[in-house]
Amino acid sequence: MSAPSLRAHLVVDRPGFRLDAELAVQRGEVLALLGPNGAGKSTALRALAGLAPMSAGGVVLEGEDITTTPTERRPIGMVFQDYLLFGHMSAVENVAFGPRCHGVDARRARREAAALLDRMGLREHAAARPATLSGGQAQRVALARALAVRPRLLLLDEPLSALDAHTRLTVRSHLRRHLRDFDGATVVVTHDPLDAMVLADKVTVIEDGAVVQYGAPADVARRPRTEYVARLVGLNLYRGNAERSEVRVEAGEARVALHEETEGDVFVAFPPRAVALYRERPDGSPRNVWRMTIDGIERFGDQVRVHLDGELPMSADITPAALADLSLSPGDAVWAGVKATEVESYPA
Amino acid sequence: MTPVPSRQGAARERAPRVGAGRFPWLLVVPAVVGIAFLVLPFAGLLIRAPWSTLGTRLLMPEIRGALLLSLGTATLATAIALVLGVPLAWLLARAAFPGRRVVRALVTVPMVIPPVVGGVALLLALGRRGVVGQYLDAWFGYTMPFTPAAVVAAQVFVAMPFLVISVEGALRGADRRYEEAAATLGATRVTVFRRITLPMVLPGVAAGAVLCWARALGEFGATITFAGNFPGRTQTMPIAVYLAMQTDPESAIVLSLVLLLVSLLILVSLRERWVGAL
Repeated sequence: MSAPSLRAHLVVDRPGFRLDAELAVQRGEVLALLGPNGAGKSTALRALAGLAPMSAGGVVLEGEDITTTPTERRPIGMVFQDYLLFGHMSAVENVAFGPRCHGVDARRARREAAALLDRMGLREHAAARPATLSGGQAQRVALARALAVRPRLLLLDEPLSALDAHTRLTVRSHLRRHLRDFDGATVVVTHDPLDAMVLADKVTVIEDGAVVQYGAPADVARRPRTEYVARLVGLNLYRGNAERSEVRVEAGEARVALHEETEGDVFVAFPPRAVALYRERPDGSPRNVWRMTIDGIERFGDQVRVHLDGELPMSADITPAALADLSLSPGDAVWAGVKATEVESYPA
Repeated sequence: MTPVPSRQGAARERAPRVGAGRFPWLLVVPAVVGIAFLVLPFAGLLIRAPWSTLGTRLLMPEIRGALLLSLGTATLATAIALVLGVPLAWLLARAAFPGRRVVRALVTVPMVIPPVVGGVALLLALGRRGVVGQYLDAWFGYTMPFTPAAVVAAQVFVAMPFLVISVEGALRGADRRYEEAAATLGATRVTVFRRITLPMVLPGVAAGAVLCWARALGEFGATITFAGNFPGRTQTMPIAVYLAMQTDPESAIVLSLVLLLVSLLILVSLRERWVGAL
């Protein structure tokens, strides 16, 4: 494997907060920084851009140490959360601004900016002021502006969060196409797992200023390592100690049976739809049954999500028909069962 | 038996009583007196104006000279204040340097001291025997006091702080993330200031320039102390009004009307576009 295009160890200290994260991105690869609000994702992006002063660590981009390079001399392009298009310039002037700053003469900068907007499907909006553009159009102008300086590192801060749900869908696929075409390294900050899954080749999960998980989106989705990621991808997650084919869960006394043998500290995860609920303790089939209390019931798509409290707190997705058959309501005692083959276990 | 009114019903019942409540005489009477006090003098000016001879008086060379001198010096003073004051405002708003608060306090001093004191201070600094003035005289043979340049200097001294404070406020209110966005696109700090910051704070700059120009136009105390009263050279409109009042009150009224008209014209012409930021 070739040396990564971007290698960074980002350390940013602020009162009451410390970011300490290592990132590596290959050429042409898109890395998503996923994490809850206040986890330090945007701070990491600002540190990469040189906008947040680092207290230690370093940033190496294509073999060049840019740790102390001022923002304006870094070969980067950045798309900000609310785009920050310059209101006193037209769309094409916004896009031409970067090349102009890099010494490209006015006529050529404008011609290339117009061509770039054309490729973004914004030909007829080139002369428009940013205030007259829709959210999706503004997002594309912001992307064009960032790409116009031919960056080696493209940074996107929550590129879709300012859009409504419908626009987000089309802009996301548009963005995905342009990120595929971009041959430098890309880092995109998001708190939406769907953005990460669709846009990124790799995902780094940041919580409380530290990297808690890194991997391909599918791996992260299948094998979450923190409560936050598990909730994002919709899995029940527990940490425990395995002895042969049984895991003793860390918090509490519950035991979870596996369909394979393993040893040591492990995570166990299973999806809510794998949970079956019973009024009476079932005989035989599932080896995993726990005595639980219903904490809450809510609609979840065309299913019903039942929150269960007890020796192994979990969510269960059942059909509305099953809910009616069992006539469940909050406070009721139930048995929850999961087949051992539905339980995924992996080393902690 | 009447039902107990719901909370909403009670609120609806009470609401009109607030509007129709006791008339707030205690506030309205002083307010009306205040308005009258501000407006009556202008009414007096208009009532007593010698309308029949207005045209001929306006063409009198001493009035025309004073008016042109005032307009010219106030405009030049505003231009100088812009060139010096905008960077100064940027420094105060954006740069972190030791003693910034002291500098900021010093900048506002000319706003609060009596202008005559400013004139005396200017004489002591730039006069023929002044701290700096003696060298200007010795090395270049240049003496500033009692010249049109002294008029401009006095106006810049008293009026520039208004511009600085206005622009500094605008700079503090501007969204700095746009400047960051420009930096990621490769803009140097000078480019960022010129192409991003300045256009963003333009309303504040315009408002500050208007305030500065109006203050310079009305300058009296520092001017007469530092620049004197030479018709055609340093006799500005306010000084001409004051002197005319002693000998020829009708001319003073005409001069005052002209000053009033010029001020109103500026205010009205800029109101729509910029003065909202004042």
